[in-house]
Amino acid sequence: MEVREDLKYSKDHEWIKIEGNKIYIGITDYAQDSLGDVVFVELPEVGEEFDAEEAFGVVESVKAASDVYVPISGTVVEVNEELEDMPEKVNEEPYESWFIAMEIEDTSELDSLMDWEAYRKFCEEEA
Amino acid sequence: MKETPLYKTHVDAGAKMIDFGGWMMPVQYTSIIDEHRAVREGAGIFDVSHMGEILIEGRDAKAFLQNILTNDVSKIGTNRIVYSPICYPDGGVVDDVLVYKLHDEKFLVVANAANTDKDYEWFLDNKRGDVEVVNVSEDYAQLAVQGPKAEKILQELTDYNMGGIKFFRFVEDIEIGGVNALISRTGYTGEDGFELYMSPEHVVGLWQAIIEAGQKFGLMPAGLGARDTLRFEAALPLYGHEISKDISPFEGGLGNFVKLEKGNFIGRDALATQKERGVPRKLVGFEMVDRGIAREGYEVLLDGEPVGHVTSGSYSPSLDKNLGMALVKSDYEYGDSGLEVAVRKRRLKARLVKLPFYTKQYKK
Repeated sequence: MEVREDLKYSKDHEWIKIEGNKIYIGITDYAQDSLGDVVFVELPEVGEEFDAEEAFGVVESVKAASDVYVPISGTVVEVNEELEDMPEKVNEEPYESWFIAMEIEDTSELDSLMDWEAYRKFCEEEA
Repeated sequence: MKETPLYKTHVDAGAKMIDFGGWMMPVQYTSIIDEHRAVREGAGIFDVSHMGEILIEGRDAKAFLQNILTNDVSKIGTNRIVYSPICYPDGGVVDDVLVYKLHDEKFLVVANAANTDKDYEWFLDNKRGDVEVVNVSEDYAQLAVQGPKAEKILQELTDYNMGGIKFFRFVEDIEIGGVNALISRTGYTGEDGFELYMSPEHVVGLWQAIIEAGQKFGLMPAGLGARDTLRFEAALPLYGHEISKDISPFEGGLGNFVKLEKGNFIGRDALATQKERGVPRKLVGFEMVDRGIAREGYEVLLDGEPVGHVTSGSYSPSLDKNLGMALVKSDYEYGDSGLEVAVRKRRLKARLVKLPFYTKQYKK
């Protein structure tokens, strides 16, 4: 299982890339592996606002549909529409396949996220 | 939690294991889609040792089965197989099974894993005459080898002419891969293929022999995930979805397997009434028009009015479409438009398509 050192992680197995007050959100290698073949991704519209821990979209494997959550509150500024046509990218390149970019107001909320070492441990405990 | 003799083999192969009706079973080894395609194009091997086997033996074995089953086993020859629902008096379904005729007074019933104990109890409750009912599930392990290359692969392991086993027939005591097995030309994938029954202590060796022989034919071990998408495309019913104690065989599209004219049987009166008056619900197939996947339990609407629910829904790997089966009210006109599926907070357009989605290419 791959974990990237330059990313932050949530307990829902999302990775977060921080660029100032903008964050990119995707699902981790661990998450895509436990989901299996991803065949559908449902994304929000640009401009939608979400509270922390709120579901912003859905990722569906052959077997089941799972919600994806925003780790902290913010407003959607970009949506990766490529995933709608090529959902398999989530399996192939989980860390390149960002779902959405959000603008966040309170960067201190980011402190609640795990770094790569803590996340690796979290996954080991879960497995 | 129960395990099949192949449990360790699956885990060692890196399979993802899940609880399926009280059994720890592989849901996938590498990828459901890859395993699905292997079965459609080459072959796949499934561990289906969780399936139940119940032996029916005695002078009145046939009469007992005629009373229990909705289908007719009275006219079939030895070494033939009949598929049949088993019904409650109200027409609801206890289980759907395969019945193997070993000889005139001996039959083997192959039941769904999660239903085996219930079926056994049901058989005992309805036992009459000179008949013995024995749950022999623990005496059998079962493998399914499915796909267009299945015959060629198994032929590498036996001197018996596999081509001589026709669809829905079986042969006992075949030496295959050094193991003694009962082999039938049956399956649950919509492809040609075989199911092999053997003593549990032999299944690991035979599994490995088949994997090895199948390598050059593109055989993959396949899990319950692919088994489900394969049976779904072929519109083969799954107990608890298309049929259940609340869904009769007529509603679930299994009318061909209900023989009202064969004489009395459990559920006959209720089913005869359903046939006469027409059933209130029917099973239909649909394709999603809007982007989205219909899942089991989602509501189906016609012109905004709820008319039923999805019984099985999935992405279809062979057809690359999002498809579903639904149980809907019969007394509506289902035209070319107006059909929707409630997917989470939205209503997505769908349109009816004929079942099965995928047409079988098996040997008759």
